[in-house]
Amino acid sequence: MSRAALTHPVDGRFGAFGGQYVPETLMSALHELEDMWHEAKADPQFQLELAGHRRAFIGRPTPLYAATRLSEHFGGTRIHFKREDLCHTGAHKLNNAVGQALLALRMGKKRIIAETGAGQHGVAAATVCARFGLDCTVYMGTEDMRRQSMNVRRMKLLGAQVVEVTSGSKTLKDATTEAIRDWVTNVRTTHYIIGSAVGPHPYPEMVRDLQRVIGDEAREQYLSLDGKLPDVVVACVGGGSNAIGIFTAFIDDRDVALVGVEAAGKGIKTGEHAASLVGGRPGVLHGSYSYVLQNGDGQILPTHSISAGLDYPGVGPEHAFLRDIERVEYVAVTDKDALAAFKLCTRLEGIMPALEPAHAIHHAGVIARELGPGGSILVCLSGRGDKDMDSVDGG
Amino acid sequence: MVAKAGTRLESALRARGDLKLVAYMMAGHPTAKRSIDVGKRLAGSGIAALEIGIPHSDPLADGPVIQRAGQVALEHGMTVSGALDVAKAVGAEGVPVVLMTYINPVLSYDPRKFSAEAAQAGVAGVIVPDLPIEEAEPVTGWLRSAALDTIFMVAPTTPPDRITAVCSHSSGFVYCVTVTGITGARKELPEGMPALLKEVKKRTSLPVAAGFGISRQEHMKALRGHADAAVVGSAIVDEIERGGDGVALVRELLKACR
Ligand SMILES: Cc1ncc(COP(=O)(O)O)c(C=O)c1O
Repeated sequence: MSRAALTHPVDGRFGAFGGQYVPETLMSALHELEDMWHEAKADPQFQLELAGHRRAFIGRPTPLYAATRLSEHFGGTRIHFKREDLCHTGAHKLNNAVGQALLALRMGKKRIIAETGAGQHGVAAATVCARFGLDCTVYMGTEDMRRQSMNVRRMKLLGAQVVEVTSGSKTLKDATTEAIRDWVTNVRTTHYIIGSAVGPHPYPEMVRDLQRVIGDEAREQYLSLDGKLPDVVVACVGGGSNAIGIFTAFIDDRDVALVGVEAAGKGIKTGEHAASLVGGRPGVLHGSYSYVLQNGDGQILPTHSISAGLDYPGVGPEHAFLRDIERVEYVAVTDKDALAAFKLCTRLEGIMPALEPAHAIHHAGVIARELGPGGSILVCLSGRGDKDMDSVDGG
Repeated sequence: MVAKAGTRLESALRARGDLKLVAYMMAGHPTAKRSIDVGKRLAGSGIAALEIGIPHSDPLADGPVIQRAGQVALEHGMTVSGALDVAKAVGAEGVPVVLMTYINPVLSYDPRKFSAEAAQAGVAGVIVPDLPIEEAEPVTGWLRSAALDTIFMVAPTTPPDRITAVCSHSSGFVYCVTVTGITGARKELPEGMPALLKEVKKRTSLPVAAGFGISRQEHMKALRGHADAAVVGSAIVDEIERGGDGVALVRELLKACR
């Protein structure tokens, strides 16, 4: 299948997945957004501006880093990190937020809303609002405010209003639901910067387009370093934005295996996890048809992950499609293994990863042991771990 | 098949110099048994039709009152099949019942089975607020083939040619969302409301019901002559939450409808 066939949604769908399951009130805003995004994407002036902000504000290109001691520890397979932790504000989330803020300016919308789990997207949204003079409201579950308190303080310092969400499990799902309700009410003046490759069309496509810079850079960097491509690319999957961002450039490279790592929480069998692709079934959540953790009656289930950024019962529709056509393999890693990988990476590399990509690092270790010396793995290190100090003990 | 003379909902909701009133309640709120009692009392209160909500964990179009009612109903074990039982018991009183639910519970139940069982329960029509016309098939096909009306929504943000399309997808009546926002009682209805209703009426021969935010006699007076019917939701659910049944509120509002 060609890249075009794989990555361009037809009528807002990736295969059977995607669509626009939202109240009628939002439909004209989604149509406008779709038109504006396609127009902006094709506008050299917009691309030039975006490139400028990527360079000087985000700090791109981010480096490709050889994790040599971790490689040795895992038995000799060469492991490289794409260092999204070195993006301004500490995660890949800013790639998306900058692009969508430029789009909001183009649409003349001065009020921004966002949802956040780990707080990284909330911080990214608050950051671009400060940078471009936009009004910012961030919805965050009280459970996440507790475990990511540093990011709450950062958002407030950046001038954002942080709205506590107390419904449901008080995490990312509920914050997203609240943000969508705000958007339904204020759609005429407000742009909703969704933080992952989820939501109704055109969000999954737009977020993917803005995050694919990760993989585009990494592929080129890898080729110039090695003259060939890695055997495997691994990324963690919450809503799936860093993963789709790094996978997209490699989709047509059939010899490169792509692996998405979800949060297995306390273990898939315990039911306390957040692995929608591994443990869910197709359904509609937050405006699109994808894999969803739900009970037999179509009610969305509470989730669990030590990592707030992966603690979400849905996943972007393009991942659902890539799973079903078997282009990407999806696995899940437990809290315990992710914590161990966090500590290992910190001690061996002097790089403290966020708990989200720590899931990917653990699984890279599993694959490395299978590949042995001579193998090569590229890991998307989607963010840094300072925000997770309260969830990780000193050990 | 839809009868030429118009469906049951069409004739029940068409204004004849008056304004019809449609009440909304949540199945299983606060319990299954109590919601059947409340539904039966509402059925005899002078309303033209009763909307019964099937609770969903993530109701994107609902404000805090209905959201809370749904959470309570779910905590007390309400299910899609339980809601169909509530609809059947209440519908037996003779009032046309319209089910209102979100798309995921319907998909999960299986749209074909849902349509057949809703028809068996005597339901007249179905509203799915997160199912815009673009995503309507195949679900609407199953509903129609079970002779259920499919009611779609027009919002204040719907452009004119899209209003035409929404009307042509609808049967029974067209639901006109009066406010840009989610459900929940408002003090005042927006100024542009009569103009929006006029745009909708121009494009359909179906009755047009106005909903979202409606809770007061003044609202009824303002809607009379512009809409065929008014849907009262959060204000009634709020009464039910306080242990009442909403009948007194309905009677008071009806005074302003004639
Ligand atoms: C560092 C980091 N990685 C990954 C994620 C998960 O999101 P996504 O799957 O969209 O990349 C988050 C979300 O907050 C994050 O902060």
